[in-house]
Amino acid sequence: MTDVMDSEAVPETSRADWQSDQEVRWCPGCGDYSILTALQLLLPDLGVRREKTVFISGIGCAARFPYYMNTYGMHSIHGRAPAIATGLALARPDLDIWVVGGDGDMLSIGGNHLIHALRRNTNMNILLFNNQIYGLTKGQFSPTSETGKVTKSSPVGLISEPFNPISVALGAEASFVARSHDMDRKHLQEIFTRAHAHPGASFVEVYQNCNVFNDGAFAEITKKDARDDMLINLIHGEPIQFGSERQFGIVQTANGVEIANVSEVGIESLLVHDETRSDPSTAFALSRLAKGPDEPTPVGVFRAAVREEYASAMSDQVMGVTEERGKGELKDLLHSLPTWEV
Amino acid sequence: MTDLEEGSKVEAVDRVIIRFAGDSGDGMQLTGDRFTTASAVHGNDLATFPDYPAEIRAPAGSLAGVSAFQVQISDHDIMTPGDAPEVMVAMNPAALKSDLHLLIPGGTLIVNQDTFEERNLTKAGYDYNPLEEGEDLEGYRTISVPMTSLTKEACKDLGVKPRDAERSKNFFALGLVSWMYSRPTEPTFEWIDERFAGKEQIISANKAAFSAGHVYGESAELGDQRVVVKAAPLASGTYTNINGNTALSWGLIAASQLSDLPLFLGSYPITPASDILHELAKHKAFGVTTFQAEDEIAAVGAALGASYGGHLGITTTSGPGIALKSETMGLAISLELPLVVINIQRGGPSTGLPTKTEAADLLMAMYGRHGESPLPIVAAQTPSECFFAAIEACRIALTHRTPVMLLSDGYLANGSEPWLLPDVDGLEPINVEYATEFNHIREDGEADYWPYLRDEKLVRSMAIPGTPDLMHRIGGIEKEDGSGNISYDPANHSRMVEIRAERIKRIDVPDVEVVGDPDAEVLIVGWGSTWGSITSALGRVRSSGHKVAHVHLTHLNPFPKNLGDVLKGRNHILVPEMNTGQLSLMLRAEYLVDAKPISKVAGQPFTAGELEQTILNYVEEKSTT
Repeated sequence: MTDVMDSEAVPETSRADWQSDQEVRWCPGCGDYSILTALQLLLPDLGVRREKTVFISGIGCAARFPYYMNTYGMHSIHGRAPAIATGLALARPDLDIWVVGGDGDMLSIGGNHLIHALRRNTNMNILLFNNQIYGLTKGQFSPTSETGKVTKSSPVGLISEPFNPISVALGAEASFVARSHDMDRKHLQEIFTRAHAHPGASFVEVYQNCNVFNDGAFAEITKKDARDDMLINLIHGEPIQFGSERQFGIVQTANGVEIANVSEVGIESLLVHDETRSDPSTAFALSRLAKGPDEPTPVGVFRAAVREEYASAMSDQVMGVTEERGKGELKDLLHSLPTWEV
Repeated sequence: MTDLEEGSKVEAVDRVIIRFAGDSGDGMQLTGDRFTTASAVHGNDLATFPDYPAEIRAPAGSLAGVSAFQVQISDHDIMTPGDAPEVMVAMNPAALKSDLHLLIPGGTLIVNQDTFEERNLTKAGYDYNPLEEGEDLEGYRTISVPMTSLTKEACKDLGVKPRDAERSKNFFALGLVSWMYSRPTEPTFEWIDERFAGKEQIISANKAAFSAGHVYGESAELGDQRVVVKAAPLASGTYTNINGNTALSWGLIAASQLSDLPLFLGSYPITPASDILHELAKHKAFGVTTFQAEDEIAAVGAALGASYGGHLGITTTSGPGIALKSETMGLAISLELPLVVINIQRGGPSTGLPTKTEAADLLMAMYGRHGESPLPIVAAQTPSECFFAAIEACRIALTHRTPVMLLSDGYLANGSEPWLLPDVDGLEPINVEYATEFNHIREDGEADYWPYLRDEKLVRSMAIPGTPDLMHRIGGIEKEDGSGNISYDPANHSRMVEIRAERIKRIDVPDVEVVGDPDAEVLIVGWGSTWGSITSALGRVRSSGHKVAHVHLTHLNPFPKNLGDVLKGRNHILVPEMNTGQLSLMLRAEYLVDAKPISKVAGQPFTAGELEQTILNYVEEKSTT
C-alpha cells in the first residue's frame, strides 16, 4: 500500500490541512504559538504526506504539540518521547517522525533517552523548546535555568549550573545540531527545513519565551533591535560575523573561540563556519561562546555531519541475514537443536 | 547401546538424579548440558536445574563461586529435575562443602582428588582434608579420582600447555559419568568438533580428557557402579531438548509468523531474561528486529512505539525492570495498544537473587501500576510450555489491543526438558485487523475516524500511521470514549475506568481442568513453574492412599470462568507458590474461599518431596481433627 502511494505525487496542502480540530490551549502570548504556526505553514512546502507524518511528545507545555497537528500523533509520558519514537522509527522507516518537548522533558527526566537517540542517529527531528523553566507545573527551575535563579523551588536562588543543550547534543555525537528562536519565523522555518532534510537524528533547540513563568528570558538577544548585535548567525562556508555593521567576528584561539573586532583582526582571520566537520570540537567551542542568553549567541546550524542512520543500518542487517540464510521457516527453527525420534 | 560391551552386567534403574558441582570456572553448566543432551538423544525423559551464582567469577575455589547443574534422567515421564541427587560430582572442596548435604544417604560421590590440597581446603572452610579425615563422607560411596593430573597426563603428547590441559578436566568428569550411565560418546565428540571448530588443540584436549574419563571407569573397576536408564516410552514424534527461554523466544517468533506482523523486541540486559534477547538477535531472517535500549524504560518505550507502528512489540526483563517499565505499561493501557511484557522472575526485592528462582511478582503484575490499570496475565508452567505461553500472550495482546504480562521464572528459563515438537501448520493464526476506513459520521454529516469506537469485546479500532485519511492523536490524558479526544469529564472517566476493567474480563481464556481425584476434599491450586513439583508430589500422595485434586492456572487475569465453581464448597484449598502467598491472596479476594498458601522463598524450586510431605501432613492432620 505504502509503495503505491509513494509513487503518486504528494497532494498539495495548505496550513489548514495540518491543523487539527482541537482548540489550542497554551497561555495567550506563549512562544509555542509562533513555533506551531511556523511549522504548520512550512509543512505544505516540505513535500510530505500528513498520514506519513507523526508527532511524538512527552509531557509538558511543549508536549501538547501533537494534539494540534492533523497528522498521526502520540502524547506519551514524561521524558520518553525519544525512546518511543525510536521504536516507531525502527519499525517504520517510511514515516516522518517529529519529537517535541521542553527542557525539563528532554534534558531532565528524559536526558538519557535524548542523548542515546542522538548517539544512535535514528531518523527523527527532535525539537527542544527551551524556556528555562517548568511551565506546566507552574514555575520550578529547570535543568537549563541560570544559576542564582529564584523560583518556587529555589526561593533563595538556584545553586546548580545549567545544561547548555547544544553542548549536550554535540557531546552526545549528534549529527545535526541547530538553534533558533520563537521570534523569527523565517529562521525557524529554515532550520526546520534543514532538520527535516537531514538523514538521521536532528536536534533543534528553540529559545521559547514562557511569558507567564519566565517572561523575557531571551529578550536581550531576540528582540528586534538587539538581534544584529546579539545573535551570531552561523552560515556554512562563510566567515562568522555579526553586529549591525558586521563589525564583530569569531576567531579561533588556543582554547576555543572568541569574539574579535573585524577591524582589528582582519576578515581573513575569522573562523569560516564548517558545519560538516566530522570533529565536533569547533562546533562545541561555538556552543560555549555565550554563557547564557544575555551575551552574543550563535544561532543556526552548528553541525550537519554525515553519519550512518541507525534504522536503515538495522534493516540492512535484517535484510542481509535474510538474503544470506533465506527467509526463516518456523519448522526449521524448531528443528535447529539436536533432535531425536521416538 | 553400541558402547555397552557384550556380557557386561549392567543394572537397569528407572531413573537417576545426578548433580555436577564445581567452581564457576570449572565448566559445570557445560558438562551438565552435554550429559543432558546425550541422555535426551538416548531417549530418556529428563529435567534439568542449573543452579549457579550471580558472580561471573567469584574468587576461585570459594563457596560463593560454586556452580552446579542437576539433571534427572528416567525411563518414564518425569516432571522435575528431582529432589536429592543420587550421584554427585564435586570438582573441588568448596563444591563438596556447599552441596554434599543434598546427596542422598548412600549416594555416590565422585571427587576430583587433586583439588583437595591446603589452599582450596582453607578457601572452602575445611581445616582438614575430608577425603582423609573426619566423618563428612561417612555413609556415602566415595570415588576419589585425580582428575586434574589424569587429564594433564592424557594431554601431554598433544602439545597442549599444562594450564590449558587442566581446563579440560570437566570433560574427564563428563567422560567418567557418561561411562557410568552408558551414554554414547559420539554425540559429544561431534559436539566438541562443532563447538570448538578451528581450535584444534582444545578439540584434542577435550576429547582426550573425555576418553580418559571413560577409560578410567572401565579400568578402575567401577563396574558395579555402572547402570543404565532405558529410554522412556514417550509419545512418538520428533523431540528436542529445550529450556524455557529458548522455547519462549521461539514462541514469540511463531506468534510473529502467525500474526504476519514483524517482531520488534526492545530489551535491556538483565538476568535471567537476557538469553531471550540473545536468541532473538540470532533470528533476523525471521524479520526480527532486536533493539538493545539504553535502559528498561526505553526498551518498553521502543516496543510500544513499534506496536503503534503496527509491529508485534515485545519487551523482556526481570522483576526490577518491570518496576521501571510500569509507567509505560500504564500508558499502553490508556492508549489501548498491544504490547507483550515478559517477566522472567527472580529472587527479590531489589537485586535480590539474580540467578535464583522465585515467583513473587504476581501481585506486581496484577496491581503494580498507578491508577486503575488492569492487564491480562499469562504464566508458563514448564520449559517447553513457554513456547505456547508466548503465543498466547501475543494473541491476547494483538487481538485485544492491550499490554499483556507473561510470567516465567529463572527455574523455567534455564531448566530444560525434552519437547515433542508441535506441528507448526496446526498452530492457529492470529488475525489482526487495522482500520483503513472512516468509522463515524459527524453531526455535520461528514465521515471521520474515531479511534476509540469499540467492538462487542470492547476492543477499540486501531489505525496505524501511514493509513490515509485516518490521522488522529492518542495520548495518556484521559480521553473521551469513542472520539478519543481529551476529556476531563467526571462521568467519562468513570466510564473509561469501567471499560478498561471490563474489556480485560471479556478476554476468553480456557477453563481449568481438574486432575487427580476431582471430587477430593483437598484441592491444590498451582500456577507457573510449580506444576512439575506439584504433579510429582501429588502422584506420591495419591499412591499413599489419599485423594487429592489439582488445578493449574496458566491465566491469572482474567481467571478461567469455571474457577469459581471448581473452588466452591471446598474447605481445603492449598496453594503452593514461590512467594509468601500471592495467588492465595487473589483467590481469597476474588472467591471468598479459605485458600492456604504453601510458601517457599529460598531461591530454589519446590522439591516434590517437600511438597509431598507438606500435603501429607495437612491431609493427615485434617483427618484427625
